Amino acid sequence: MIEIVGLRKSFEGRIVLDDISASFEKGKTNLIIGQSGSGKTVLIKSIVGLHQIDDGAILYDGRNFIGMNSLERKNIRKEIGMLFQGSALFDYMTVEENVRFPLDMFSNMSLSEKDERVNFCLKRVNLENANQRYPSEISGGMQKRVAIARAISLNPRYLICDEPNSGLDPRTSIVIDELIREITTEYDITTIVNTHDMNSVMGIGEKIIFLHEGVKHWEGTKDEIFDSDNEVLNDFVFASELFKKIRRVHSLAKC
Amino acid sequence: MSVFFHIGRYSLFVRQIFDKPEKHGIFARLFLRDVESLGLKSIGIVAIISVFMGAVITWQTSLNIFSPLIPRFTVGLVARDSIILEFSSTIVCLILAGRVGSNIASEIGTMRVTEQIDALDIMGINSVNYLVLPKVLACVFIFPFLVVMSMGIGLLGGWLAGLLTGLVPSDDFIYGIQYIFNPFYVVYSLIKSVIFAFIISTVSAYWGYFSSGGALEVGVASTKAVVVSSIQILLFNLLITQLLLT
Ligand SMILES: Nc1ncnc2c1ncn2[C@@H]1O[C@H](COP(=O)(O)OP(=O)(O)O)[C@@H](O)[C@H]1O
Ligand SMILES: [Mg+2]
Repeated sequence: MIEIVGLRKSFEGRIVLDDISASFEKGKTNLIIGQSGSGKTVLIKSIVGLHQIDDGAILYDGRNFIGMNSLERKNIRKEIGMLFQGSALFDYMTVEENVRFPLDMFSNMSLSEKDERVNFCLKRVNLENANQRYPSEISGGMQKRVAIARAISLNPRYLICDEPNSGLDPRTSIVIDELIREITTEYDITTIVNTHDMNSVMGIGEKIIFLHEGVKHWEGTKDEIFDSDNEVLNDFVFASELFKKIRRVHSLAKC
Repeated sequence: MSVFFHIGRYSLFVRQIFDKPEKHGIFARLFLRDVESLGLKSIGIVAIISVFMGAVITWQTSLNIFSPLIPRFTVGLVARDSIILEFSSTIVCLILAGRVGSNIASEIGTMRVTEQIDALDIMGINSVNYLVLPKVLACVFIFPFLVVMSMGIGLLGGWLAGLLTGLVPSDDFIYGIQYIFNPFYVVYSLIKSVIFAFIISTVSAYWGYFSSGGALEVGVASTKAVVVSSIQILLFNLLITQLLLT
């Protein structure tokens, strides 16, 4: 479980996150949703310590990340797998080398154990026969899979994903979302996913936090989202005609 | 942002470079890769520039020394000292600031804007040390070789120019380049090349590392890297000359 309490972050005096408190549960896909620019990326980057926060606490299963020295932070970071918006694969390394990289850096495995682990992770994300290719030679969806494989290679306790399906077609998006959800339940890890994609919200929104202009406006589950009377949330969720229709059907069904 | 801001941040940055590498095997691999991409791949441009500059220096010198009282071998001597003292260290390093500096800044800058540096940091890796140390050591290691090579090729270019234009006979030139030769001049040039290698690699890495945004900003960072390291080279050249030769 990851908890944040009273988190504040500003850039050069401009407040980007204002007093955010939330908890992200283990074994669930916890979503942070909101428009572009609402502060989702800054929030998760603050949680993992890529941004220094102004105020607040960040607890990893009760361990306060903020009070930690650099060595303790380093140890926590080995428990975190992160998936970046643009995949952030190392472009001078092959697919296999990318997944192997955390093992090379931090494990004492033998060569054959590493091979085994790399192949296992690539198989887990359904990506075989691409081992020797470079990131620039594979599709965006495949890059995302490699990034997931790299993120899980060291058996993380926490998986943090920034817009995992940005730039992907709807079908591939669903596959990636499902993969993240399966991995979360299979290994019982705490997963946080940033998204502005309502399909993801409906697909894997087991717990949802809604950000708007750096403020948390709502939290709940994907089933509760239809019944909320929070106006800001409704503006965001029911922006498209498709979701307006779904809401109509949903309210009819309830009558 | 102010010069003082950059000086402060640069100092902290340099301190982070000299951490102990996480895994020596990986460090060695990156070092060799950088020796190749930054050093060996610069041999061509250094060779071409050296042969032409050596030729021009000799030609110009011989055209400007026309007094019958000054012996012809003086041309070889003057060309030698110009090449060894300034051309092969300062000018070649300025060229390398363009070739190597932009390479380093754009590579690291691209890694920054595509979040590859964040990916390293999140794994708990000291990204500055991991990315920059191999480059700094590769430059410091390879630049002296490039400079010595440039001296040799520059002198060869001078000899050829003298021969082909008929202005300086081969024997005179060869006598001239050996005449009252001060080996310390070579040492002085090598010291400069090491310092310039350090400046180019760290300054360029700095601009790349702290770039943000997208491809446009990486381009800006790479230009800044070349301009700032070139100016630094010129300033330090004055300073080192003052310290070592006067
Ligand atoms: N490094 C930064 N410096 C200054 N402002 C930033 C920085 N990163 C993000 N911001 C600002 O913070 C706000 C939230 O950005 P972000 O978290 O990226 O939004 P999103 O919800 O789309 O991920 C934006 O207004 C952005 O301009
Ligand atoms: Mg974002």
